[in-house]
Amino acid sequence: MVSDVPSRARRMPGLAIPHRMRWPLGYTAAAVLVFLAYYYVIPNLGAGGQTFFRNWLPLTSINEALVWVICALGLNIVVGYAGLLDLGFVAFWALGGYTAGWLMSGFFHQVKIHIFGGATATVPGIHISFWLVLLIGAGFCALWGVIIGAPTLRLKSDYLALVTLGFGEIIPQVFTNGDNIGGFNLTNGSKGITPVDPIGIGSTRLGPFDLVWKYLIFVLIAAVVVFITLRLRDGRLGRAWLAIREDELAASMMGVPLMRTKLSAYAVGAVAGGLAGVAFATHVGGVLPDRFNFSISITLLAMVVLGGMGNVWGVMLGALVLAWVNSTGLPQFGSSFNEEFGTNINFPSYNFLLFGGILVLMMLFRREGILPESRTRLVLHEPSRTDMESLGADMEAPAPELDESASLKTAIAEGPVIADETGTGTGMGEKV
Amino acid sequence: MTTSPQTDASLDAGTVKLHADRITVKFGGLVAVNDVSFTIPGQSVVSLIGPNGAGKTTFFNVLTGLYRATSGRVVLGETDITNLVPHRIAALGMARTFQNIRLFGLMTAEENVKVAMHSKLHSGPFHTIVRTPRQRREERKAQEMARELLEFVGIGKVANEYARNLSYGDQRRLEVARALALEPSILLLDEPTAGMNPQESGRFTQFVHRVRDEKDLSVLLIEHDMSVVMQVSDRITVLDRGEKIAEGSPDDIRSDTRVIEAYLGKSGRDKTT
Ligand SMILES: Nc1ncnc2c1ncn2[C@@H]1O[C@H](COP(=O)(O)OP(=O)(O)O)[C@@H](O)[C@H]1O
Ligand SMILES: [Mg+2]
Repeated sequence: MVSDVPSRARRMPGLAIPHRMRWPLGYTAAAVLVFLAYYYVIPNLGAGGQTFFRNWLPLTSINEALVWVICALGLNIVVGYAGLLDLGFVAFWALGGYTAGWLMSGFFHQVKIHIFGGATATVPGIHISFWLVLLIGAGFCALWGVIIGAPTLRLKSDYLALVTLGFGEIIPQVFTNGDNIGGFNLTNGSKGITPVDPIGIGSTRLGPFDLVWKYLIFVLIAAVVVFITLRLRDGRLGRAWLAIREDELAASMMGVPLMRTKLSAYAVGAVAGGLAGVAFATHVGGVLPDRFNFSISITLLAMVVLGGMGNVWGVMLGALVLAWVNSTGLPQFGSSFNEEFGTNINFPSYNFLLFGGILVLMMLFRREGILPESRTRLVLHEPSRTDMESLGADMEAPAPELDESASLKTAIAEGPVIADETGTGTGMGEKV
Repeated sequence: MTTSPQTDASLDAGTVKLHADRITVKFGGLVAVNDVSFTIPGQSVVSLIGPNGAGKTTFFNVLTGLYRATSGRVVLGETDITNLVPHRIAALGMARTFQNIRLFGLMTAEENVKVAMHSKLHSGPFHTIVRTPRQRREERKAQEMARELLEFVGIGKVANEYARNLSYGDQRRLEVARALALEPSILLLDEPTAGMNPQESGRFTQFVHRVRDEKDLSVLLIEHDMSVVMQVSDRITVLDRGEKIAEGSPDDIRSDTRVIEAYLGKSGRDKTT
């Protein structure tokens, strides 16, 4: 949909679009096409056409998919760029969602704060404009990214994965049980916070049926996240992220501060998670804690892996496809199937099986994802030059012991004191 | 042998660039480096030699902050770096290459070099996202400098290749280019000629002198090829089983009985790792 356009634009001969303008133009064109389709074309189709789209590609499923895109792009920075495996990314989505819940609803009825809010000025609660809440949610999540990251990023990758898994479980639990924190109702427990104010544009408020406008807003947020991701990738910080992914120890020896750089990956990733959370709260008109479970983290990871770790467009495509399968494709396929064969199989309940299966299959057969970044494809399909040399290919000098460097990531045995960021020292049994 | 009178003079006159004072490193019961003191004068090439397991790499790791010395002090220029973290030490001008090449495989040669400019560049996320004029100027300069360094080590043609796809020799060169991007005052080379043929090793000697003179730095070299060591070094320090057993000019070392014993007495012509 949106994401395959840049590659198409690149292939168009004779169209001299400056390189840096290609993706923004392609993206905008695709977004506008979808908008026009849902604004003009589909409402004017015959009844059959309308039913088809309502069943198989409703706009609400596209909107939800865009929220997934935003969040997956955030996870891509952490996992795809910096190489930090995060199994609890749903925490940031939840934190962003609750930011919207708190600041865009009547939940805190004790107070009456209105800042360009989407509610009449007389109702109690905190009613802040959606656009401001986006910024606040992003900042709030960045802060939490640092709070969660500071103690955990010191850990080696496997342990980091476990601890993030823990955080991904703890934060939704806190929201579920947060209705009585010393007598204070912070989260309204399992009932969640509803309704969340509609998005306001000027004096207009987007009601539940203004899906096309919400669509445009989500497309815009996704574009901003893509833009930020690509820009950062090309600069000092992006290079440092990749260097850490490639060889943490060498990076630190080249003057890259590990903790700071990892924390910044966490914070920037969390910003995207926060934006997704706020957007999602307005998409469904509320926040419910049971939405934020472990399967969300795994689905996000599957999106990043399916699309091709580190590749923005691949991740976007992966997110759109998986989100659609999850929300529409699988249930629709299921009901068609059941109708056809007179069975009674609950297809949507197999979505987790499906995503797990996708992860396994991708890892086995196409680790670079469906739209791999060229560098990932390199690793996974072509033997490196030094590998070939060490296999005896006559290219130049022999290449002894090149693979020992890979051992860093796993080396955590007891060993000499290796200075780390704070100078407290960690055990690391590696010879350098 | 080829040590010119001029470098001897600069050796005497030059200020001390690095001073390691009574360094001891223990791994559990094993004393890898025992009470070794050591100085590197400005604009000089100092070699660290010794049999396999003598503690040379360990000594490097202490200098670069990767290992913490059990006792002792390291001073770089005027700064006590004993307890600093590796990235700070690197930023202060201590650069290294690795015995086993450690490049950023899935980044281009040019990006590899730019990573080492991290501490020299200052554009934060905001400037990078907005591409402010300041950030663009900085990136342009980084780009130029990276290209120059790649040319300097002779691999300008492969600037846009992924590091992992370079030939072994080019990877070694890229490691040097990357280290030089730190604009170091001390360049540590850990067995740089490993895997080179005699011709390449010969050219390497000239290369080290060119680096020393053009980049205005001192080189600390771990090296096993004695012909390289003797040609390239202004001064040689010999370690054996963690202890410094000799120190001096190439000629001094050549005739030192303890050194000959350390090398020949035990394992004969054992070429070490
Ligand atoms: N990280 C480490 N953990 C335990 N022992 C180590 C470690 N690094 C080096 N050593 C030991 O210290 C001694 C010196 O090693 P090293 O400095 O690598 O020698 P060289 O570089 O001179 O060959 C060896 O006995 C080695 O096994
Ligand atoms: Mg060694």
